Amino acid sequence: MSTSNTTYYIPHRATWPVLATAGLLTTLVGFANYLNGSSIGSTLMIAGLAILVVMLAGWFTLQATESESGMYNHGVGVSYRMGMMWFIFSEIMFFAVFFGTLWYTRNLSVPWLGGEGAKLATKEILWPAFNAVWPTNGPANVGGHFEPMGAFGLPLLNTLLLLTSGVTCTWAHHGLIAKNRKQLIQGLIATVALGFAFVLCQAFEYHEAYTEMGLTLGSGIYGSTFFMLTGFHGFHVCVGAIILSVVLFRSAKGHFTPENHFAFEAAAWYWHFVDVVWLGLFIFVYLM
Amino acid sequence: MSVVTAEHGHDHHDDHAHGPEKGWLRWIVTTNHKDIGTLYLFFALAMFFVGGTMAMIIRAELFEPGMQFVDPKFFNSMTTMHALVMIFGAVMPAFVGLANWMVPMMIGAPDMALPRMNNMSFWLLVAGILLLASTLFMEGGAPAGGWTLYPPLVLQTGKALPFAIFSVHLLGISSILGAINIVATILNMRAPAMSLMKMPMFVWTWLITGFLLIAIMPVFAGAVTMLLTDKFFHTSFFDAAGGGDPVLYQHIFWFFGHPEVYVMILPTFGVASTIIPVFARKPLFGYSSMVYATAAIAFLAFVVWAHHMFTVGMPISGELYFMYATMLIAVPTGVKIFNWTATMWKGAMTFETPMLFSIAFVVLFTLGGFTGLMMSIAPADFQYHDTYFIVAHFHYTLVPASIFMLMGAGYYWLPKWTGHMYNEKVGQLHFWLSAISVNILFFPQHFLGLAGMPRRIPDYAIQFSDWNMISSIGGFIFGASQLLFLWVVIDTIKGGTGEKVTDEVWEDAHKHGLEWTLPSPVPYHTFSTPPTMIPSDHR
Repeated sequence: MSTSNTTYYIPHRATWPVLATAGLLTTLVGFANYLNGSSIGSTLMIAGLAILVVMLAGWFTLQATESESGMYNHGVGVSYRMGMMWFIFSEIMFFAVFFGTLWYTRNLSVPWLGGEGAKLATKEILWPAFNAVWPTNGPANVGGHFEPMGAFGLPLLNTLLLLTSGVTCTWAHHGLIAKNRKQLIQGLIATVALGFAFVLCQAFEYHEAYTEMGLTLGSGIYGSTFFMLTGFHGFHVCVGAIILSVVLFRSAKGHFTPENHFAFEAAAWYWHFVDVVWLGLFIFVYLM
Repeated sequence: MSVVTAEHGHDHHDDHAHGPEKGWLRWIVTTNHKDIGTLYLFFALAMFFVGGTMAMIIRAELFEPGMQFVDPKFFNSMTTMHALVMIFGAVMPAFVGLANWMVPMMIGAPDMALPRMNNMSFWLLVAGILLLASTLFMEGGAPAGGWTLYPPLVLQTGKALPFAIFSVHLLGISSILGAINIVATILNMRAPAMSLMKMPMFVWTWLITGFLLIAIMPVFAGAVTMLLTDKFFHTSFFDAAGGGDPVLYQHIFWFFGHPEVYVMILPTFGVASTIIPVFARKPLFGYSSMVYATAAIAFLAFVVWAHHMFTVGMPISGELYFMYATMLIAVPTGVKIFNWTATMWKGAMTFETPMLFSIAFVVLFTLGGFTGLMMSIAPADFQYHDTYFIVAHFHYTLVPASIFMLMGAGYYWLPKWTGHMYNEKVGQLHFWLSAISVNILFFPQHFLGLAGMPRRIPDYAIQFSDWNMISSIGGFIFGASQLLFLWVVIDTIKGGTGEKVTDEVWEDAHKHGLEWTLPSPVPYHTFSTPPTMIPSDHR
């Protein structure tokens, strides 16, 4: 469009947002019914997820088409970048809750259960035999005996995988800027592959935890924090890898220019965010 | 710069602005900030009456001691749902609606930065409230453990629990997307002449509120997610037997909850700072100090949360820290009250309905602030905690503050939105009935609380009878008076007094805000070309 560099594009008649809402609502109503033991729960959930998949495909296609036809000027690009940055900030706050939970239980509530500070009487009356040492599944030995997850096996490998994927992602970005499409595509393929390899390793790790180490989501506060933090992170890795796959698909179709590649940037930011969260996990969940 | 609109991405042909879609579909697929603002405002008004009905049930039950109308379980559901509906369904959406309508017009932008996402924010809100409302009809009833959803009590909720939790998730996503949109609009879409320190105060307060929302809604989502896993997936986050701690939930909740109350009060401040200068016929006093005070309040919001938990059994150092930090909030708040008063000082004041609501806000919010200061004193709070004193306190900061300024904003901007003048006589009647009855309703609750009446109970000891009866009478008058507002809104949309309003509506209003330089009613698309001049009273 000839005027595209001077206009702020205001879309008209949006149908995907309403479908997105319908999909989310159906999924959640289904999930809630499932949790309450209702038989329609899982059906509803699958239907909702199907709506969401259709919606995402449709909405992404629309955005890609509009972007490629030059409808987004610099101002629109700035809005999208701001939107993505603030979205990642909200994600950081979400992870902060679970990191905060880990910190609080390790440094405050578990020592209190062990009688630290003014809590000696509480301990003597309630759980005199409790030895408050991390990792713990609490004074009631919730979930039975378990082994904590060590840092220097799969987790270390996973750290290397993710760090490498951060490098390949940046390498792809350099390729994009240097108009080297081959480097862009190879870099993205490597990044996505490393991402899925990470998820696979984590699946092995979870399998080992559940089958051989007695470590489950129900293993008291250690199991709760371990699986909640690594699980939500793993979910984000999956989401990031899917976003990168979409970007890879678009790169293969010849999308993006050195000046105009918001989708790539957003995916890369998200990927680096996921990477940094993992480093936090590796230090505070596995090493310490 | 001009606005390009396109039919759903295919057919982007021209540079001229489209009008609204024909028929009801307009409201489903709209991306127009004014349409979405209207949707938010009407939805909020509807929820105000739903939440208000719940309040009427509460006050009816408390009219005299003994059990009258409802069973205790349902009463507890009412206190819980009244809070959730009013906070997430009425006050927050109403301010988002105002932001949608006014922020682009105030900064000279053609629309919101991310119009499709704007549509999604609204519909997610409706979905979230639908989920929440559906819990009223479920086996085991709606959540009844208070809006704070404290474990372990809330985990005893019946079938409603996962629905309530997912409702919080949806409302959270809605708020985050809405806030991202508002922040991106303010930072990216201003007219070239509109530097940050020349923005209207309403825009400033929303920029900071948007930041608060993006920071805290994920925290609440995380907290309720842990409730869900504790209930259904065997985790032990809030269970001491597994090494967790129910108090941890309270910390996380209030890390969200305290900034959340400022989410409801900062835009209130913004509206007051908008209205008072117009009717005092003076520029806002101390503009930059207002900006810094707002930012200071937002910062302090993150470091005072445990003053909601003084009686929970914290280490003494924690009690002291949270006590002093809380008292600090009185400083920037005092700056604001001083500035509003100084704006009115020697002003050529007139007392149209929006100004009446604003003046009542300044006086009554100060009162609510003072009781807040009383409760910040940790040892004194041991007496006030979970009594009607706290109920009186936060209702003074929410009803004659947030709600009054929302009403004031309604009266102030309705002529601009509709092109018609509202009925001033009915408006004034609405104001006086509200202002008097709100004090009859909430002032006696201070006495009840100080005398030891606990909150969230359906029955009480006989010595609390008189003040409860007076409070209930005030409540019924207040509730009924709000129907006048509904009447005014409908009447104004239909043509109001028949008087054709000018573009600036209020005398010299064009000095105070860009919206008054636009025609009344405002066209569907505004500022397709950004304005080159900004009003003289923006500094």
